Amino acid sequence: MARQAQPESHMQAEAHVHHPNYIKVWAILVALLMVSVLGSFSHIRPVVLFAAFGVAVIKAALVAKNFMHVTVEKGWVPYLLIVCLLFVVILFAGVAPDVMKHSGEHWNKPLANQPAQGAAAAKHE
Amino acid sequence: MSEHAAPGIFERYFFSTDHKIIAMQYLFTGMGMAMIGGFFAYVFRMQLGFPNQNVPGYGIVTAGKYNALVTMHGSIMIFWVAMPVLIAAFGNFLIPLMVGCDDMAFPRINRLSYQIFLLSALVLLSSFLVKGGPFGGAWTAYPPLSASGAYNLTPVGATLWLVAVALEFVAFLLGGINFIVTTMNSRAPGMKMYDIPLVVWMIVLASVIFMASVGPLIAGAIMLLFDQTMSTGFYDPTRGGDPLLWQHLFWFFGHPEVYVVLLPAMGIVAEVIAVFARKKVFGYKTVLYTTWAVGFLSFVVWAHHQFVAGIDPRMANIFSVTTLLISVPITEMVFLYIATLYGGSIRLDTPMLWALAFIGEFMIGGVTGIFLGSSGTDIYLHDTYFVIAHFHYTFVPIAIIATFAGLTFWYPKMFGHMLNETLGKIHFWGTIVTFNVIFIPLFITGTAGDQRRVYSYAQFAEQARPALQHLRTTSTIALLFMLAFQFIFLFNFIWSFRHGKTAGANPWRSATLEWTVPSPPPHGNFAQLPTVYRGPYEYGLPGYADDFVPQNVPDLAISIAGETD
Amino acid sequence: MSASAKPISNTRSGTGIPTARLITWWVIASEIVIFGGLLASYVMHRIGHPEWAEAASHTNFWAGAFNTLVLLTSSLCAVTAHKAADAHEGARAAKLLRITALGGLVFLCVKAFEWSSDIREGYVISSGGFWSFYYTLAGLHGLHVLAGMIIMLIVAADAAKNRELQRVECIGLYWHFVDIVWIFLFPLLYIAR
Repeated sequence: MARQAQPESHMQAEAHVHHPNYIKVWAILVALLMVSVLGSFSHIRPVVLFAAFGVAVIKAALVAKNFMHVTVEKGWVPYLLIVCLLFVVILFAGVAPDVMKHSGEHWNKPLANQPAQGAAAAKHE
Repeated sequence: MSEHAAPGIFERYFFSTDHKIIAMQYLFTGMGMAMIGGFFAYVFRMQLGFPNQNVPGYGIVTAGKYNALVTMHGSIMIFWVAMPVLIAAFGNFLIPLMVGCDDMAFPRINRLSYQIFLLSALVLLSSFLVKGGPFGGAWTAYPPLSASGAYNLTPVGATLWLVAVALEFVAFLLGGINFIVTTMNSRAPGMKMYDIPLVVWMIVLASVIFMASVGPLIAGAIMLLFDQTMSTGFYDPTRGGDPLLWQHLFWFFGHPEVYVVLLPAMGIVAEVIAVFARKKVFGYKTVLYTTWAVGFLSFVVWAHHQFVAGIDPRMANIFSVTTLLISVPITEMVFLYIATLYGGSIRLDTPMLWALAFIGEFMIGGVTGIFLGSSGTDIYLHDTYFVIAHFHYTFVPIAIIATFAGLTFWYPKMFGHMLNETLGKIHFWGTIVTFNVIFIPLFITGTAGDQRRVYSYAQFAEQARPALQHLRTTSTIALLFMLAFQFIFLFNFIWSFRHGKTAGANPWRSATLEWTVPSPPPHGNFAQLPTVYRGPYEYGLPGYADDFVPQNVPDLAISIAGETD
Repeated sequence: MSASAKPISNTRSGTGIPTARLITWWVIASEIVIFGGLLASYVMHRIGHPEWAEAASHTNFWAGAFNTLVLLTSSLCAVTAHKAADAHEGARAAKLLRITALGGLVFLCVKAFEWSSDIREGYVISSGGFWSFYYTLAGLHGLHVLAGMIIMLIVAADAAKNRELQRVECIGLYWHFVDIVWIFLFPLLYIAR
């Protein structure tokens, strides 16, 4: 069962990616930035949310794809990054029921909504 | 091989980039910290076994000192003993040798990781000297106790502890990523994914799990540091924060962390079992896939540490289910190890005794975990000595038993001499028997209501009964014997360094690559870098002169003369 | 520091990815969880405390937007440096990396002015939950910008002599990641709801 020796990589930077027009990508990113800036002044809540976060997601994807060439990289690299994001989502899902809703659901927590006062606050350095 | 002038003593031992030297640095630092952590266990168990008496070598244990002792014992054993020895020492020593290359992919990052680790240990030790003494808020450091010096009475120690832990995390991030890259990229030609020895896989997967879980805790530690020093209120409910957030961030890391230390231990045990049963590991691929499953599942069980903390009860349901689920793949791995033993030609040398003890003792830890993973029973058992006994039945096999298995197994390769077998066996039995006598009573006292982190039960009528005190005292006396037996190992370790029987390249007749080089291996490891032709556990192959075939031996060029030492 | 001091393990490539880039991806993966943890903690608190919107309205929106532009532009320079390195134009790659680092410096200077004015108005890290998170998030990010700048200048020094050109892409990857983190920090901290 003879095996071939694997080739060793070169030390020089091998051009493993095709370089698109980066200035064009940058121009799109700047345009999207302007969209989010303008959209943030809107009074319609879904517009503001999209301008803030929808645009951010698109910009991040553009940077990842065009600047980081993550889609050209070996197949498992994007999956590694996505799995790490997934862990952050799992963290959020597991913690948010406790931390995001201070007052809880279906139960009475009168102290949770009181502003900071009393001996505990005074003792805090 | 790189060329450079003969290095001086500093360059060779203190500033070396050679992975084997760095491994020794981690090993000796870990062993030193183990003595400190063990001493603390002696002190607080003396207080528990002989309450309010002067402890020889220490003095009187007050409530505050007790808190600091248990905090330091826990922190040291996990962060400065288990991790550096199991992951950094064995990983550094074994990985380049076992994958057939000359060093780690990034030797200088490797050296940096040790330097940061050493700094973290020094920062922690410095906390013993500051006003108030070392941190006394438990290794879990829940705020507001950990955030406020007015509460924990160890304000300087608390910050130093946090900085030390953060530095330790950075060190292991750097080191772990080096291990991952080296294993992925630097393997010998011909070594495919399934030809990698299990211990290397396990250390790499442990590094991945560590890396993916420690991030939120680093974030949380920064927030706690600011709460301690800059009057922020991240965890202060009167200021809009939430102490539960720390608990979640801590345990989101804390639970995968136990698998981070478990995996290398199981890897070591796999290697030892294969060699001393002269048999291929049963179901190598299944072991691997199961480990991946364990790794992933370990990220979705963390809140079983918080069942009584006031978390959303619906989450308690979910985490109960996932926790009970994770026992399945671990049990499967244990079954695979037992299947490896079945039909094997078993030699009960010291490393094998330790490996077998690991399986038995860890199973006790595992089944007692079921009571804690079910939220119903956990409500009663949480924060009792039942928990302590459970996690010592998992941690001691991991950090002590598997470590001794690995040390007694690879000592000849590391130092070129054999350890004394008789002393090894005395040490083994002395440790195992006393270990059980320490912790079985604690299952009983825990179920009887002994709470953790309480320095004296004098004020608690139900716990101050003589029947329970007898059990506590028994446990303490057993610990004294266990610690005494460790001196036998220390003597053996140091004495055999020069006076042990000279070891050849392959005294255990193992098939993995590290045994094909001299003991100890020279700088650069391999005079000629090997090519790999087969898996790591080729034992008992028919048609060969010997009962094992090393990985770098091609099919036809078998040495009939049997080149073993 | 010369190439001859590298072990053979550094030159092998079992995955097909050179070791320098491979380690960069793993570093980025670990940073995703670090920033992700901190960001998730912030988002939970922010959603759970609608009253923080008042505090959030005091962040300097235009400084944040300008800084976003600065980082995007510096990312452009970084990736153009990568293109130059691929063409073995070390001197050009070094120049572009140095301009990228300059962009980082501009970012930090704007931040310095921004924070000075915030502090003068009385908004410090202990001023309340929102501000604690604001300074921690932006501060951690800023530290990463600074670290990136330092490493970038070291890589540029080698690249100028046409050495270790593969590192140009790697520091670029790190820089793009830092940019992506800011792409999310900008709406989270500046576009007050």
